[in-house]
Amino acid sequence: MVAEYDVAVVGGGLVGVATAWGLAREGCRVVVLDEGDRAVRASRGNFALVWVQSKGLGLAPYAGWTIRSSNAWGGFSDLLKQETGLDVSFQRPGGFHLCLSEKELEARANILKRLHNQPGIVDYKTEILDHDQVKKMLPDIGREVVGGSFCPLDGHVNSLRLFRTLHTAINARGVTYLPSHRVDNIVKEGGEFRLTTEHGEIRAAKVALAAGNANMRLAPMVGLEAPMKPERGQIVVTERLRPFMNHPVVTLRQTDEGTVMIGDSKEESVDPSGLTVGVSATEAERAVRQFPLLANVNVVRTWSAIRVMTQDGFPIYDESPTHPGAFTVCCHSGVTLAANHALIIAPMIARGSLDKSLVAPFSARRFHVQEAG
Amino acid sequence: MFKRLADAGSAVAITVDGKPVAARAGDTVAAALIAAGIDHCRTTPVTGAPRAPYCLMGVCFECLVTVDGVGSRQGCLVPVREGMKVETQLGRREAGR
Amino acid sequence: MTAASDLASSYDLVIVGGGPAGLAAAALAARAGVSTVLFDENPGVGGQIYRAITSTPVKDRAILGEDYWDGAALAADAKASGALIVNGATVWSLDREKIVGVSVGGKARMIAAKRVIIATGSQERPFPIPGWTLPGVMTAGGAQTALKAQGLVTQGRTVMAGSGPLLWLLAAQTLRAGGKIDAILDTTPRRNWAMAMFHLPDFMLSPYFAKGLSLLREVRAKVPVHRADTIEAVGKDKLTEVVFANGSVERRLPADLLLLHQGVVPNVNLANAAGVAHTWNDRQLCFVPVLDADFGSSVPGIAVAGDGAGIAGGTAAAERGRIAAIAAVRALRPEATLPDTQAIRQKLQREEMGRAFLDWLNRPADAFRRPEGETLACRCEEVTAKQVRDTARMGCEGPNQMKAFLRCGMGPCQGRLCGLTVTELIAAERGTSPEQVGYYRLRPPVKPITLAELASLPISEAERKAVER
Repeated sequence: MVAEYDVAVVGGGLVGVATAWGLAREGCRVVVLDEGDRAVRASRGNFALVWVQSKGLGLAPYAGWTIRSSNAWGGFSDLLKQETGLDVSFQRPGGFHLCLSEKELEARANILKRLHNQPGIVDYKTEILDHDQVKKMLPDIGREVVGGSFCPLDGHVNSLRLFRTLHTAINARGVTYLPSHRVDNIVKEGGEFRLTTEHGEIRAAKVALAAGNANMRLAPMVGLEAPMKPERGQIVVTERLRPFMNHPVVTLRQTDEGTVMIGDSKEESVDPSGLTVGVSATEAERAVRQFPLLANVNVVRTWSAIRVMTQDGFPIYDESPTHPGAFTVCCHSGVTLAANHALIIAPMIARGSLDKSLVAPFSARRFHVQEAG
Repeated sequence: MFKRLADAGSAVAITVDGKPVAARAGDTVAAALIAAGIDHCRTTPVTGAPRAPYCLMGVCFECLVTVDGVGSRQGCLVPVREGMKVETQLGRREAGR
Repeated sequence: MTAASDLASSYDLVIVGGGPAGLAAAALAARAGVSTVLFDENPGVGGQIYRAITSTPVKDRAILGEDYWDGAALAADAKASGALIVNGATVWSLDREKIVGVSVGGKARMIAAKRVIIATGSQERPFPIPGWTLPGVMTAGGAQTALKAQGLVTQGRTVMAGSGPLLWLLAAQTLRAGGKIDAILDTTPRRNWAMAMFHLPDFMLSPYFAKGLSLLREVRAKVPVHRADTIEAVGKDKLTEVVFANGSVERRLPADLLLLHQGVVPNVNLANAAGVAHTWNDRQLCFVPVLDADFGSSVPGIAVAGDGAGIAGGTAAAERGRIAAIAAVRALRPEATLPDTQAIRQKLQREEMGRAFLDWLNRPADAFRRPEGETLACRCEEVTAKQVRDTARMGCEGPNQMKAFLRCGMGPCQGRLCGLTVTELIAAERGTSPEQVGYYRLRPPVKPITLAELASLPISEAERKAVER
């Protein structure tokens, strides 16, 4: 019996739709199974950086994987524009991490040093700059900014437009998108996967799990694992302003639309409806110290979102040894790695196996190796 | 568009884009603008379309203006004050003002 | 004038909104010995119905009508009650712990409350027609506010359009004040009478019946009234004419001012952000909070009174405020002497009596709630009805995903002027109900505050560590 679909992608967030688009480009018949409008959805709450600096401390190959996606991003966004007419506003002017005390700057330098000292690390091109050097590139910084790190590979994108663009692109390529189809169970029978949802069963020859933190629940159904450690982040966003900064900062960026996003908090909570005012206040206070001209700007919204986070923070790409045709595509950085997911991971899934030379370090088996060690 | 009933309050002098406007005690900035017959108070940050006060009750945010140097104030909620400087806001607000 | 720094760090009862519900609630609670603060963002109390009741320059009482002047007693009673009333105070946050974020004079404070009554009332229903963002197009409520608060009356070529009691009241008030109205475009669908008729007997017993009839007579005697099933505001940089049609007959009216109104709907933003459960009311075509008999919401300790609880009008709002306040006092000060609740409930019932008739009669036509083509659904972010419809057809089944895709509801008004439209458009395109589609999930600040204000709020060590790592 022939399954309805070649691949069922579980998850309609950025990771899921980027993978689905890549699969559709390979000629696969694809269905995306998504949750409803109120789903816990990192793709609507992320910070939209295409970010390189500081990625890979603890797993050197992650740095290379990140840079590879960052390098592929320009071509990826061009392809999307050709297909949809939508410009996701990818820019790669280089980005900053700003420090508000000598202590912060020292800690920053330390992290970069440890990162660079890892065996097998690729060249990051990240450097530490003092106040005056930063001010040349970000003229509106406040006096309290003692310095920061700069990486020319860093960039950003309009991630909500990316989200919309990918949905538009899969729609145009005939991918079936089914919202309110939370997957409750997956079994492999008669050479195909059967996915149980509230609205009936979906059958597919392969399954790609791209359900974020829910991969923890889904992966064991197909002989895989995805140990997750979700955490909550909060973001403050301002009204639209005239352009005043040419480089994104890891905690503060001006979007192409003019709004300023301020963020990067971390709390151990999985309640996406909660918002801690004191956390927003800290973000605001630091933002005003970094860029004093923002003091009188209006905040129009704050929100919290649950980060998709594996237990060690690095991606998981796996294929099931017991259920051939089942894959996990699971990571925190769904924006930065979107190009890799669409252009590298999806073709591998279409072919039916992952290329070990590229993704072996990202197997979830690493969690057992560490335990044994 | 609007005229004042004869028994409106005492005069308050404000300026709108540098030009004197005769407001009255009890006016909000938005009310003073429509009483003065000013066509629009801002242009949108998206397409630059002109906009004017619409709901006058704090809901629509169409009457955003710069008041005494501070941008994006809701004109319908700010009472006028003698000497107040009101500026129409064109497109996106400038950070720092 | 109360400054932000004058406020205590906690109050037994915080009331948000100084309209009839808030004023009545504040007076009752304060007199029962409960420490009560009322925050209102306008320069004076009264809400919209009794706007500028203590300061209006309109001295001829006949112009605004006796119902307006009822507000004076409410305002005076609240002032005399000992409740702290703070005007120019914008409440921008409320959470399940009943912590209230408020800004006064550009300074923000977090105030703890044991009980909260949200009395933020109603706003006019969005009226998305082509050209509704042009200067020269305003809401009828806006014009009424200008009349009450500043004694401004329409002049030049003026057209009013829509349905509902407020439109006719404003027309009458405008005429009494010496204003001229060129035409009224009545958009009430004729077929509404079929449902409304069932409720006519109740309406005839309500105080609104006689008042409504005389108002209609007063206006119709002086102003030409046309039926309209489509309306377009036309002009380049400002309104120059109103184009309307009744069936296939199109007419054009040169105009300087077009005043739109098609009823009012609860102002849900604060309650929604506080996590209060809402449900779709199909008769009033809007979301209303889910409330118990004392107007208590799904969040313990938070009540929603007045028109925010569902539209019932100003007099009913005051009674609702009293009932909510009695529940708050019972919880906070059980020993306090309280007025007879039964009598208040009976009064409320009488006030609500004619509501079903008015609701069914004035239910706006589909075409005026669910726009098409290039008509803007979201005024702030300039998102068209077509974009919303196309995106819904692409698979977007809810307003929160729609907001992420198109930015509708992300502008400064935070969905107040597009929320219902977007929900209804999605429901129409996906063949489902507004209840199923749901509403935007709102987050603080529900009114903008500056970054500096946010930065000035208290920060715990743990909260700081969540950011400084």
